[in-house]
Amino acid sequence: MRRIVRVASWVYALAVYGFIFLPVVVLVLFSLQATSFPIPPFTGPSLRWYDAVLSDTRLTSALVNSLLVASISSATAVTLGFLSAWGFARFVLPGSGLLRGLITLPLTVSYLIIGMGLLVLFNWAGVPKSLLAAGIGHVVINLPLCFAIIYSQMGDHQINIERAARDLGAPEWKVLLLITVPVMAPAIFAGFFLSMTFSWDEFVISFLLTRFDTTLPVEIWNLLRSGLNPKTNAVGSLVFAVSIVLVVLFELTLLRRRKA
Amino acid sequence: MTAPLVDIRAVSHRFGQLAVLKDVSLRIEPGSYTILLGPSGSGKTTLLSILGGFVTPSEGKVFIRGEDCTAVPPARRPTTTVFQDYALFPHMSVGGNVGFGLRMQGVDGTTRAARAREALALVGLASAFDKKPHQLSGGQRQRVALARALVIEPAVLLLDEPLGALDLKLRRQMQDELKAIQKRVGTAFIHVTHDQEEAMALADHCVVMNDGRIEDEGPPERVYARPATRFSATFMGESTILAGTVAEARDRTSTVTTPAGPVLVRSALPVGSAIALAVRPEHLLLGGAAGTASLGMARVSDVVFQGSFKRVLAISIEDPSLQFIAKLPASATVQPGDTVAVSCDTDQIIVLTD
Repeated sequence: MRRIVRVASWVYALAVYGFIFLPVVVLVLFSLQATSFPIPPFTGPSLRWYDAVLSDTRLTSALVNSLLVASISSATAVTLGFLSAWGFARFVLPGSGLLRGLITLPLTVSYLIIGMGLLVLFNWAGVPKSLLAAGIGHVVINLPLCFAIIYSQMGDHQINIERAARDLGAPEWKVLLLITVPVMAPAIFAGFFLSMTFSWDEFVISFLLTRFDTTLPVEIWNLLRSGLNPKTNAVGSLVFAVSIVLVVLFELTLLRRRKA
Repeated sequence: MTAPLVDIRAVSHRFGQLAVLKDVSLRIEPGSYTILLGPSGSGKTTLLSILGGFVTPSEGKVFIRGEDCTAVPPARRPTTTVFQDYALFPHMSVGGNVGFGLRMQGVDGTTRAARAREALALVGLASAFDKKPHQLSGGQRQRVALARALVIEPAVLLLDEPLGALDLKLRRQMQDELKAIQKRVGTAFIHVTHDQEEAMALADHCVVMNDGRIEDEGPPERVYARPATRFSATFMGESTILAGTVAEARDRTSTVTTPAGPVLVRSALPVGSAIALAVRPEHLLLGGAAGTASLGMARVSDVVFQGSFKRVLAISIEDPSLQFIAKLPASATVQPGDTVAVSCDTDQIIVLTD
């Protein structure tokens, strides 16, 4: 009886992980296909489709766009998130609980709604569809996340450290820059890398808010419209690889924080 | 007399509805070691925060070196604080921590490092310059915090229960060092503690606080020998307290009726007033040689051997609610259950009129 349970739990675990990871494995595997169709039988391995991706200027410029949007919007989101977390943690504000709830509220709203809302707003304000517009959209979705991560790590034990700095003659901006930011660095980096990850493969908002210059996920979608092709697998694998790197960086910074 | 270094005038402070300081006035002389002694909730830490500039008092003024500093922020007043949790900057080296105040003053790197090393040498930690705070022990962090606060040469150094987080042995050792460092640098130290032994060992000027007020202040010897109030008689060291009424007054003496019988005291007091008499444990005599003032008979309830002496508790036969606390030589032969005569010398009786 016990053996059956053990075997069953293994089968279940394999099924779950297979369900999650099989599509990725298939994607990566057929990106190494030597022939023109990403369907069995596997004919590779070959790097010809990666070569094709990297020599496609539309894809490479979209890749650069994506990196730019991701890094700049994440830096903005993390800066704003840090400042609001610091404000909430250090000052008594009227309606603090309500305001904190409002700032994290976008986490619960679907990207589609946020994207449409921004589209309407930018139309009205005369902001053209662009990478900038998409970047602002990414700040909207990532700021609550950065805020939540940094606020949760901003404990009372740092209050005395900041006081000590003030006591020794530091003006407020130096307290922030020389003391609070370095002390909070793990949470700040964690917020940054998680924002990067989300911005990097975000599709809906980028799709709605960009036109000519666009981000990689939108470009991949364009590519997919002309049918399956190992090139899409190759570019998908690249996106996946970058995401993995970002998630690992996020985990590492957060883990180091816990050990300290 | 020179002007006081710190002059606290009629300071009161409330947190919401709660009054934590009630009309406190205090003067602190240059170069003195002042201890604010009191139980938790007595307002001593709030008073220190007001001196440091972290709290602005609801009422009253604080003058430092003759200047009104009541609302001056911590960065711009001539005080530095050693925090209870040390509050070292965890991401900076020890040298960086100690040099921080000088860096804020715009002192160049070389001078800064030299002065930081000097300050570390002063606290006996010259070798720790390149270490990180987390590599140091509690006692060492304490010294770094002290060096960091002293290096910018404040007029007043504020210490918030600086020895509270250390174990007993280290605490006594740091106590001696604190005193030595204070004498060497000559800066006025104001030190908050609830440990009366610490207060007696360190203070030039001891301020006993309770419930937002100053109960007593003066040299620790005076506060111990002649406490001004019942609170300071029991908080600064132990005392046996006898409540009594003045029955008869003569020229320079009075007779006080107490539960342990009439007691003659050497002060003229108004007849009929309710007072309290305090006797220090080392002045109580049990059995054997009798003192000039008899305090009746008592049954010994507890004898605790404490190495150099025996701490004896005895219940008065005349009034079982009266407990005598006595400190007898280690060679004393009293046993729990013994009935003994209690007495003391008339000169050693402390009269408390509050």
